[in-house]
Amino acid sequence: MGKVIVVTSGKGGVGKTTSSAALGAALAQSGDKVVVVDFDVGLRNLDLIMGAERRVVYDLVNVIQGEAKLTQALIRDKRVETLYLLPASQTRDKDNLTSEGVEKVIGALKSHFDWVICDSPAGIERGATLAMRHADIAIVVTNPEVSSVRDSDRIIGLLDSKTLKAENGERMEKHLLLTRYDPARAERGDMLKVDDVLEILSIPLLGIIPESMDVLRASNIGSPVTLADERSAPALAYFDAVRRLKGENLPMTIPGEKRGFFGKIFGRKAA
Amino acid sequence: MTAVLTKPRPIRLKGRSYLALTLTPELPFEDWLVRLDDLAGRSAGFFLRRPVVLDVEGLEIDRAQLRDLVGKLGARNVRIMGIEGARPSMLGNDLPPAMSGGKTTGDIEEPAAEPAREAPVTETVAEAPAAPLPTRTAPASLVVTQPVRSGQSIFAEGDVTIVGSVASGAEVIAGGSIHIYGTLRGRAMAGTLGNAEARIFCRKLEAELVGIDGYYKTAEDLEPGLRGKPVQFWLEGETFTAGSLA
Ligand SMILES: Nc1ncnc2c1ncn2[C@@H]1O[C@H](COP(=O)(O)OP(=O)(O)O)[C@@H](O)[C@H]1O
Ligand SMILES: [Mg+2]
Repeated sequence: MGKVIVVTSGKGGVGKTTSSAALGAALAQSGDKVVVVDFDVGLRNLDLIMGAERRVVYDLVNVIQGEAKLTQALIRDKRVETLYLLPASQTRDKDNLTSEGVEKVIGALKSHFDWVICDSPAGIERGATLAMRHADIAIVVTNPEVSSVRDSDRIIGLLDSKTLKAENGERMEKHLLLTRYDPARAERGDMLKVDDVLEILSIPLLGIIPESMDVLRASNIGSPVTLADERSAPALAYFDAVRRLKGENLPMTIPGEKRGFFGKIFGRKAA
Repeated sequence: MTAVLTKPRPIRLKGRSYLALTLTPELPFEDWLVRLDDLAGRSAGFFLRRPVVLDVEGLEIDRAQLRDLVGKLGARNVRIMGIEGARPSMLGNDLPPAMSGGKTTGDIEEPAAEPAREAPVTETVAEAPAAPLPTRTAPASLVVTQPVRSGQSIFAEGDVTIVGSVASGAEVIAGGSIHIYGTLRGRAMAGTLGNAEARIFCRKLEAELVGIDGYYKTAEDLEPGLRGKPVQFWLEGETFTAGSLA
């Protein structure tokens, strides 16, 4: 059985879709079988980031409504053959996402893939709660600024109450992914410090992704950043995050700072 | 997904009791509203989306006055879910329903101007149809071993202990005292069931609002020197007092 990951945040524009694609691709690049599911019905863009927008025929809603088979809706990546996309519907109403329908689809995907990555829409409404509902692991995407941190805190509360895991009295595995971290702004003190974010959210840190033009360049050519430029700083940070996700204990690097300085952050666990 | 609902399921009706904030307006309403505005101004959004019951017991007012008051409260985003102590003839379809049988749990209000103002005279215990009335046992206290997240609200009739932080946008409400072994960034309201002896303790103060037994302080009212420090709050008579714990 594969693992279901929800990539969530509460706030929009923090890097959920970018991270879903990059983490999904990185996992697939390591040989695992991965499907990335777009839950952002009406505002889909995972297909663009993954360069599959012209190949979308059927989508998640079609599958849920029984209008297409799951195998018809899955799009296989042209570069990494173990990477698949299940697109969202751009035209349908998000009320078409039913709880039972989602459960069936996720159940089927779990038995075929090692990782099912659910790219959550922003907000705390139905779309977001459906995306997190069946997750085993949550990756909370947060930018180092107060509003994003507070929204993430809110989402963590929902992860601990509105998910199947929570309802069954189990603990949801949660990881913090700090994205759009800008060393220059950090230097000027314009951003929350990594330690402060960790103190507020008190969940373990999976990685810090630097703010980088490489992300924009990658999305412009329709490629996850880990595929577009494996050597770029954000790609390296995503690769490290994936290794941590798989249980490796890697030292944490804060972009723009020297290695070795961050021993105290490395290995830091939730309170 | 092919299952069809065949058996009509009966509608379930249950009785349940909730904690509501009770406002006891005083005449003249204009003055009372000024004081309310002052309180609301100091604790922004305090009444927002909270169930509020209006207790007009003993007030010499007529239907028009009551309707006017409810309207003025509505304009302040204070939504009245029910009215207690009004003569049945005063309440029509245009006013919230009558509430009765409320278990008095203390005044969450500013001190009454005239000492003569009667505290809710009797603990009128009307027959509550389904919910058995709690008997007087020690109030339940609560220990929370996880951080209280933004948007969450914790309530216990007794003491509340949080082993962790209370996030901005989260709130802890206790009939007794509140102990926070972490940072208090949200709101903490202790002694809300009429206990002036209740205290609030936190290891690091960054609070949005703190209150004990109806007395409040918002972030702006708090001494700046206490920010980021271990602090306790208590009532000294009617004075809301804060002191460093360090
Ligand atoms: N590390 C990064 N550096 C620079 N831009 C980024 C980074 N991560 C995301 N972005 C940009 O931010 C915008 C929002 O990202 P997206 O992944 O769509 O967020 P979400 O899915 O959370 O709404 C996009 O324009 C994306 O290219
Ligand atoms: Mg998105």
